[in-house]
Amino acid sequence: MAKITYREALKQGLREALHADPKVFLMGEDVGRYGGAFAVSKGLFQEFGPDRIMDVPLSESGFTGAGIGAALGGMKPIVEIMTVNFSLLAMDQIVNNAATLLHMSGGQIHVPIVIRISCGVGKQLGAQHSHSWEPLFAHIPGLNVISAGTHEDARGMLLTALKSPDPVILFEYTGLLNVEGEVPETAVEVDITKAKIRKEGKDLSLITYGSGVIKALEAAADLAVLGMDIEVLDLRSLRPLDEKAIFTSVQKTHRAIILEDAWRSVSISSEISARIMENVFYDLDAPVERLCGLEVPIPYPKHLEDACVPQKEQIVSQIRKMLSK
Amino acid sequence: MSQSLQITREKGVFLLLQMMRIRRFEEKAAEMYTKAKIRGFLHLYIGEEAVAVGITDLLGPEDNILATYREHGHALARGISANQIMAEMYGKVEGCSKGRGGSMHLFDAKKKFYGGNAIVASHLPVAVGLALASKKQEKADLTACFFGEGAMAEGEFHEAMNLAALWQLPLLMVCENNRYAMGTAVQYTHSNPDIEAKGKVYGIESATVDGMDVLSVRSAAEKAIEYIRLTGKPFFMVCNTYRFKAHSMFDAELYRDKMEVETWKKLDPIPKMQQYLLENFQFIESELKDLESACDQEVQQAVDFAEAGSWEPVENLQNYVYSPKE
Ligand SMILES: Cc1ncc(C[n+]2csc(CCOP(=O)(O)OP(=O)(O)O)c2C)c(N)n1
Repeated sequence: MAKITYREALKQGLREALHADPKVFLMGEDVGRYGGAFAVSKGLFQEFGPDRIMDVPLSESGFTGAGIGAALGGMKPIVEIMTVNFSLLAMDQIVNNAATLLHMSGGQIHVPIVIRISCGVGKQLGAQHSHSWEPLFAHIPGLNVISAGTHEDARGMLLTALKSPDPVILFEYTGLLNVEGEVPETAVEVDITKAKIRKEGKDLSLITYGSGVIKALEAAADLAVLGMDIEVLDLRSLRPLDEKAIFTSVQKTHRAIILEDAWRSVSISSEISARIMENVFYDLDAPVERLCGLEVPIPYPKHLEDACVPQKEQIVSQIRKMLSK
Repeated sequence: MSQSLQITREKGVFLLLQMMRIRRFEEKAAEMYTKAKIRGFLHLYIGEEAVAVGITDLLGPEDNILATYREHGHALARGISANQIMAEMYGKVEGCSKGRGGSMHLFDAKKKFYGGNAIVASHLPVAVGLALASKKQEKADLTACFFGEGAMAEGEFHEAMNLAALWQLPLLMVCENNRYAMGTAVQYTHSNPDIEAKGKVYGIESATVDGMDVLSVRSAAEKAIEYIRLTGKPFFMVCNTYRFKAHSMFDAELYRDKMEVETWKKLDPIPKMQQYLLENFQFIESELKDLESACDQEVQQAVDFAEAGSWEPVENLQNYVYSPKE
């Protein structure tokens, strides 16, 4: 095992992908000469040159659409949208073209594109730069939406995503970039269709993804000290959902709480809650609960920003209440 | 130096003071950023002051202004107090956006200052709409909209320009061409480097001006604004300028040459204006010292004001999501 930062994990995945297939290329704002807005692609421009690490003008709709076209034409584009805040400008291309062409063409036209999007709350960047919009994307049939909450996934998900004949949206988390974690020595593909149990437990299922994974594990560790055995399930794929993993965990623990930074209404957690109700209701000992982002545009001051998304202390106290401990 | 000698001594000194206020304010903001009093992104306008000052000077109180996340200069020039801006950057309730916005989201509805917009180019269509409202209500005011050359690659720029021309709206579109969009130089953004041509192609009257010279900016803006007020039509102004600092507070600046930065620094609009006043109006050293200490004082007061400000109680977090019920 090696210890690397989340940023380094992302970079290794990119480098591996570029080496593995000459048709793979990266395009995005400031990915090249600037070294990437978050230094994820730093050095790759020098290593692979401007044709494979393409700086593009500010034109999210334009270059995302061009990525879709390049995919139709036989290339393997990785499109980087600097942050999810700017993805709305590309949403028409993502929804009306990437997600839809296969169906509209009666199965003739595949769109093997990977769109990497970084996101997350917590850097005091204010309401236009702090979105958690995984649910918006997970709403769209035709997309595969995956979320890298760990170092292994940050490195490996891209490699698997590039094998998909259909569009993949890969969420990365800016809040994790400097966090160190363990990964196997060499980059390997990881399954992107399955959820993963990050910690086994028998008292309650704590279901989460992305920025929630580390918080959930920390909360579970605190709760273990207090004698509660929490299972942490990392969804990883937000569309399609790995229902089997969710139901199996709930059938084991009989209690579930879903954790996410995204706004509560019409979210990933509301969907999971509904599916648990529809499928394993009689396995539950208590109602499903949720911890989500507060429904407010994210304000700038630190104390208000922190209050917008679930913090570890809140997770711990909510679960203690659920388990009456 | 500019041909426009019609300005009075008083006006000249005022323009210099405005630029110095902005410079001093931002130097202080940068210092407070390193002290972690200001957080998030902080985009400095240092080097580009002549643009906001030269144009804003000619706007009336009923005219609208929209700017980007690099807008401290525009806000100060517009007359939002240094106190309120600094408090906003601290995230205090006394800030011009009640602390909710921070550096990138300065607003003041009374001063017709509509941000502080951090999605590149997304305020351009909004500016079109403000101008449309003026026209529909037969008001005499105009709307001034500032943006970078990077923003002009976005579809929203082209949509906004087309609408402004199609509907013949009283809109001053100002491109602050500082040659870089983050780390992407203008030649990697624009297929046609003739930026002014992007106004003309929509049938919009256009001009390019030395954005490092406040008098050139002001005299070009004077003509542009006169044209807009007379005809009710849009005008596109390209101001060639340069940012002396990193894109946001920190970037490795791998994308530009140190020599290039030094060359542009020789064109600094502030010493240039000082020199002009000296040559044309016997502006003396002690007057300059007075201006400097006025700026220092204003900025120190702003810091004190921000420090003394208050934090929004968490109970109020969900205010301002919807308008209050009647
Ligand atoms: C739609 C959108 N895409 C990307 C960004 C990230 N970003 C912020 S500023 C910037 C560069 C803008 O350059 P320019 O318009 O020339 O203005 P300048 O910063 O030079 O004043 C980029 C890419 C953003 N804020 N919004």
